[in-house]
Amino acid sequence: MNVTTKHRLAKDKLMLWGVCLFAALTAVPLIAILGEVLLRGYDQLSWSFFTQPTPTAYKAMKAIEAGEPIPGGIANGIIGTMLMLGMAVVVAVPLGILCGAYLSEHSKDRFAQVVSYLTDLLQGTPSVIIGIITYIWVVVPMKGYSAIAGSVALCIMMLPLIIRSTEETLKILPASLKEAGLALGGNKARVMMKVQLPAAFGGIFTGVLLAISRVIGETAPLMFTALGCSFIRFAVDKPISAVPLLIWEFFNDPNLQELIWGASLFLLLFVLMLNLTAKYLAKKWNQ
Amino acid sequence: MSDKLYRILLFLAALAVPVVCGGIIYALVSDAYEAFEHFGFLNFLTSSEWSYTEGAEQYGALPFITGTLMTTALALLFCIPFSLPVALFVGEYFKGTKVASVLSTVTDLLAGIPSIIYGLWGFYTLRPIIMALNISPQGSGILTASLVLAIMIIPYAASLSAEFIKMVPNDLKEGAYSLGATRAEVIRKVVFPVAGSGIFSSYILAIGRALGETMTVTMLIGNTNNIPSSITSTGNSMASIIANQFGEADDLRLSSLIAIGLILFLITAIINMIGKVMIKRARIA
Repeated sequence: MNVTTKHRLAKDKLMLWGVCLFAALTAVPLIAILGEVLLRGYDQLSWSFFTQPTPTAYKAMKAIEAGEPIPGGIANGIIGTMLMLGMAVVVAVPLGILCGAYLSEHSKDRFAQVVSYLTDLLQGTPSVIIGIITYIWVVVPMKGYSAIAGSVALCIMMLPLIIRSTEETLKILPASLKEAGLALGGNKARVMMKVQLPAAFGGIFTGVLLAISRVIGETAPLMFTALGCSFIRFAVDKPISAVPLLIWEFFNDPNLQELIWGASLFLLLFVLMLNLTAKYLAKKWNQ
Repeated sequence: MSDKLYRILLFLAALAVPVVCGGIIYALVSDAYEAFEHFGFLNFLTSSEWSYTEGAEQYGALPFITGTLMTTALALLFCIPFSLPVALFVGEYFKGTKVASVLSTVTDLLAGIPSIIYGLWGFYTLRPIIMALNISPQGSGILTASLVLAIMIIPYAASLSAEFIKMVPNDLKEGAYSLGATRAEVIRKVVFPVAGSGIFSSYILAIGRALGETMTVTMLIGNTNNIPSSITSTGNSMASIIANQFGEADDLRLSSLIAIGLILFLITAIINMIGKVMIKRARIA
């Protein structure tokens, strides 16, 4: 072997090791973040953490002075998140599926192409802008922050994700499936409802799970819409809390800082579980 | 359900998207109008003053545009040395193996972490390190925000790049191997030229994500309203000034914040559009 060949082979090896090293390094932040949140948060998780509302700053201060653990939990945030998410899902899922069905049926239409571009535009819109918009659309006319406003913001964020996953799943279904349905005498609506959508269920369901996991941790769009609230409440026309909003509140209030990690651990585990479930289902469904 | 009803129903659902988008643009423009009218459009873009003394209010977007551009550019710079190896690992070296799927799960999970948790981690872990290294006295600033932002955009850049690297035809690579090329040479001379435009477009989309990232930047950038003088100084991005001040603002300040939102919306929309068009072209080629 001459010198240049040796040199080239050495370079090849160096490249391989470099790629492996730097690729492996990307796992470091994931482990670091998970580790920190777990270590600092696990001892805060208890039954009362999930059933009690957030303490006032004064109560927390008293507990800190007395050297006791801060009383209370994040129940108000969990209920707020579930309520707003529920309302958003009820609107975004049917609307997104119908819109995705439209895009897959008319993919060559001028109008459908415009809608497709605008879906991308909506998906790329920064979440803080969705917050501003919902403030202008809902909070100003209703003269106050509310759970409805928060759920509108979440709904707008979920919509493009659901549209895309529905459209893509319907597009990869074999055309023969639809044709067989039509040949049996079903009209387009019946074939869509009874054949195509059931066949695409797995993909759409995965898409909905991913959309939920994407919006459940959103803080910025809720800051100017749902605002936050320190007690448990089910009213949809009043300010309400959410888990990410509580984390932001704890971050800004020195008296409540101890609660940050429990709330973050809960949110992180919830989001990552949703992600892994969606990924697992997608794999299973693809086989 | 009759065919006609079905068609109308689908059309109405599809109409929701243009209505929402139109509503976003209309609401932003009409509420930002007051600020543009008061300060003048160009003046608003180029003024670096942000003071809310009553009677002498002066708002300009330049410090925040600079802050956004600096954090985004730095984040991109820090992200490339990690996202490119991940893409090569998943798309070329270990294509289709178990290790590759583990690594792509890792990046997927990174993409799933809520931005407020990235912010907490940056604040409680990274900021003390930056302070200990004597890079900046207060720890927060453009650099800290960009470092965490870089981690956040790695998954987006890496997964899309990997997809384009995977699509490089085998016969091209085999041709190069048969001429005696090493793997590193094949990557440099075949994979990069063929997948180049696709990889490039995936970074454009990553930029689009970084531009609008709010909570992480708000928690780490230091929140000062002047043009950052260096990468270690504090500042504010367009998204972070909105997150910080929107709740307490009214009248002219509110309108100025919405105007900043409009500018941010337009910049992200243009960047995303360029990215999507490039991806479409790269897929066809």
